[in-house]
Amino acid sequence: MFARTILSRQLLRPAFAAPVATAARTSFLTSIQARFLSDQTRQAIDKAVSSAPVVLFMKGTPETPQCGFSRASIQVLGMQGVDPAKFAAFNVLEDNELRQGIKEYSDWPTIPQLYIDKEFVGGCDIIISMHQSGELAKLLEEKKVLAAEAEAAEEEQAKKE
Amino acid sequence: MAQSITEDSIRAALADRLKASHVEVQDMSGGCGQAFTSLIVSPEFAGKNSLKRHRLVNAALKDEIAQIHAWSARCQTPEEYEKERAATGGNDGPPLDGTAGGEVTGVSQ
Repeated sequence: MFARTILSRQLLRPAFAAPVATAARTSFLTSIQARFLSDQTRQAIDKAVSSAPVVLFMKGTPETPQCGFSRASIQVLGMQGVDPAKFAAFNVLEDNELRQGIKEYSDWPTIPQLYIDKEFVGGCDIIISMHQSGELAKLLEEKKVLAAEAEAAEEEQAKKE
Repeated sequence: MAQSITEDSIRAALADRLKASHVEVQDMSGGCGQAFTSLIVSPEFAGKNSLKRHRLVNAALKDEIAQIHAWSARCQTPEEYEKERAATGGNDGPPLDGTAGGEVTGVSQ
């Protein structure tokens, strides 16, 4: 239950939600569900992957995940203290073309999928095991996407000014 | 849809296609048989990072995973598996993270 408390606190931070709301409005929609990844879909996913340093393709939203694996993944990112300003989540349930397209794009058959700096990290199993081994903390720190670090950097900046 | 996917069919496929020396498959669907979690021990994982191991499994079970709703795996080399067994007196088995008491929740596919 400890984890849940942390989760709620993280997820209630409004800034964390902002990219999702924006993302949901970004339209991936085209009328046909292509069997193969169209250039258009690929470009849309390229754009989504580049939209923030940390990008999660998930079922549902960070506030209301629609699947246990997506919930576990968002929980881990919250516990790690990923900076909301450097995070975007895309709800694949909002768009069937994204839902199918992302599987082919990443060559990965399941959702959620995590990207850091446009690089595919893995799905829920990998996120959890990297969280437990400390690899994820190391990676997030290296990529400078943690909230505390961002604040520290801002303070540093403020001192200089 | 082709023949139905079962714990046994997945176990057999992994033993055959990945030369897995030990496979534990657990149904986490709560009965509908469309969600599985697994512990896979194969010498083919040696020298590969977690992502590469999972990709290997995904490729080996491409058709099976496409037919089911949820798939989870933990990939170990025989050495890692033995080491964990020696350290814990057992092993952690297939991952159940993201499930509610070993059952998948939420929308499928």
